[in-house]
Amino acid sequence: MSLHLWIIPLLPLTGAAINGLLGKRFPKALVNTIALGSTALAFAYALWVAVQFVGLPADQIPHIERYATWMTAGTFSAEYGIYLDQLSLVMLLVVTGVGFLIHIYSVGYMEHEGGYYRYFAYLNIFMFFMLTLILANNYLLMFVGWEGVGLASYLLIGFWFLKDSAANAGKKAFITNRVGDFGFLIALFLLIKHFGTLQYDTVFRAISAYPVEASAGLLTAIGLLMMVGASGKSAQIPLYVWLPDAMEGPTPVSALIHAATMVTAGVYMVARSNPVFNRAPIALMAVAVIGTLTAIFAASIGILQTDIKKVLAYSTVSQLGYMFMGCGVAAYGAGIFHLMTHAFFKALLFLSAGAIIHGLGGEQDMRRMGGLRKYMPKTFWCMTVATFTIAGFPPLAAFFSKDEILWKTWASGNHLLWLIGVIAAAMTSFYMFRLWFMTFFGEYRGAPAEDSQHGHNGHDAHGHAGPHESPMVMIVPLMILAVLSFVGGWVGIPAALGGSDRFDRFLDPVFHSTVESAQGAETAALPAEGRADHEETSTELLFMGISVAAAALGFVGAWFLYYKRADLPAKMAESAGGLYRLVHDKYRVDELYGATIIQPIILASTNILWKGIDSAIIDGAVDGSAAGAQDVSDGLRHMQSGNIRSYAGWVAFGAAIVIAFMVWKGVR
Amino acid sequence: MVPLSYYLVLSAILFACGVAGFLIKRNIITIFMSIELMLNAVNLTFVAFAAELRALSGNVFVFFVMVVAAAEAAVGLAIIISVFRTRETLNVDRINLLKL
Repeated sequence: MSLHLWIIPLLPLTGAAINGLLGKRFPKALVNTIALGSTALAFAYALWVAVQFVGLPADQIPHIERYATWMTAGTFSAEYGIYLDQLSLVMLLVVTGVGFLIHIYSVGYMEHEGGYYRYFAYLNIFMFFMLTLILANNYLLMFVGWEGVGLASYLLIGFWFLKDSAANAGKKAFITNRVGDFGFLIALFLLIKHFGTLQYDTVFRAISAYPVEASAGLLTAIGLLMMVGASGKSAQIPLYVWLPDAMEGPTPVSALIHAATMVTAGVYMVARSNPVFNRAPIALMAVAVIGTLTAIFAASIGILQTDIKKVLAYSTVSQLGYMFMGCGVAAYGAGIFHLMTHAFFKALLFLSAGAIIHGLGGEQDMRRMGGLRKYMPKTFWCMTVATFTIAGFPPLAAFFSKDEILWKTWASGNHLLWLIGVIAAAMTSFYMFRLWFMTFFGEYRGAPAEDSQHGHNGHDAHGHAGPHESPMVMIVPLMILAVLSFVGGWVGIPAALGGSDRFDRFLDPVFHSTVESAQGAETAALPAEGRADHEETSTELLFMGISVAAAALGFVGAWFLYYKRADLPAKMAESAGGLYRLVHDKYRVDELYGATIIQPIILASTNILWKGIDSAIIDGAVDGSAAGAQDVSDGLRHMQSGNIRSYAGWVAFGAAIVIAFMVWKGVR
Repeated sequence: MVPLSYYLVLSAILFACGVAGFLIKRNIITIFMSIELMLNAVNLTFVAFAAELRALSGNVFVFFVMVVAAAEAAVGLAIIISVFRTRETLNVDRINLLKL
């Protein structure tokens, strides 16, 4: 039975093609219909597929559809095909669902912007590539989607390309991603070399014949290189630097691409490649360590940011770190669970921030906000749900997902990682409530009415008169996402709280179908199953208590510093030492990269590649041959005297040579 | 019977005279006559070989050459006249518009 899954990616592609090629002449309503219609249809079809999928018998999962051979080279061949299992189904629903909501929101947010059709064409093409990425049945097709979303991200970050900072941020994102893609590509080459194919099913079956590697080996290398790719796409240390800059793009783009979907592609890829990582403990450990370090590193930067979108950007980096932390302790289900709830609440946070920016005519600096609770109550309530869920208060979504990650990290024996994770959770809570208090409480610190032409976002102040609530077309998606951020975690209530962890069980076949045949060394990381005895349950409850306490600590800290004694932070900043300034300057990582990598490359490019090779050797050869030809011609030019008798002389001379040659030949 | 080589040597001498005249003379009419001389040197070779080899095609070719020479003479003289009308000289050293 075929579900005709190819329809799903092709719908947004069609929308992108129509809007991109013809949209310039279309009225806005038609652009909306095409862009939103294609996404809505894709979402509806995805829902239908989900219903069909649940009805499939277990032996037909994963559901693989093969359409055509894409390319053949020697013994290697790749095909157009789709691989639908529980993992890609979850991703499919998240991407189409959240994507559709953000499309709706964009109608309101982008209303006053130029390049309206262009924006929606890019957004649709992003959807196409993202769906290709998650639905592909081989790594090569996944890589097409992987690069495609990078392209869409570049185009949308630089959407206001007349602004230098936006154009540069786009370039930075693209180039940083190239570094990661390089690693991913080498991982794929290794797969081709050793397994001869990139089809998921064949590769995974071949890998499951391998034993768990005790020390570094082939699978470790593949896993580490894949992690390099994932850390580029998903903004992990050391390649996270592009994501904060990516906030130059329109806010709905930040929500869709740089929070909810594209940046989670790395997590998806790691989870998809779980047979590799399960047999490469070193690579798996690297994933966990990178994730944890990123989580706390980015969270600490987020504490001192004043640009509302930058806070959220660092928060995204930090939350992605949690997802990798989950994957890194082989709790892929927990990582994907957090991916899903994060898609809801981070999209909500960004869209709420967008509503605030929109309502303030482009202001992004939190120091010029405040007291917005009474100007935009609906946004306030949506933001409140999002803030409490990311901070990890039960019974909201992120409480369950983040806590599952932390608990499984502890249960897998990585106690230090767990401790760092909890500290990062407290920081998360602190910077989010700081944002919340600075934005919605106290007095409005912005400029009065007309004077708000900051245009920070390229967002022109359209007859702007003081802070105001956003139109319904923006508020409704916020409300839907708020509901999802509230209840989205309930699909995965752990057994310790009387639930049955249905989300994990649903995903289980993806992550354990190949494990069971192996020694099972890594199944030690799955305590919730089988040995969930009474003692474990009480321990788990204790750890939940610690998580909530960390969240509460962050809340109290933020409340004290940014509400009760709002004058205190400025004083502390004045008397603060080097560490404060270091954090405030984002640990000067950009400067470090600039000095150690970018400057040397620029210098080498200028002096060796440009002035040395290009100017001297290549241009020298080309110019030299041209000059040589000119010199020779200058000499030969004098033969062209215009004198008939000299011409005739040359003819006679030539004839004489020919005759002499013939005679000489004849003589021999 | 006169041997073939005599004809060929005579023909070569005539051709060389033609070439020499073409290269040395400045008057365009003389040059023109030198060309005719070369053509006829070639004609002589043709008929000599035709007689020697008893092949008719040599004789036929001579007629072609004569026709071409006549046509050339007609066109060439017309050109010479128009050149003389515009430049009032027949000295080829002064007719050098082809110079770069």
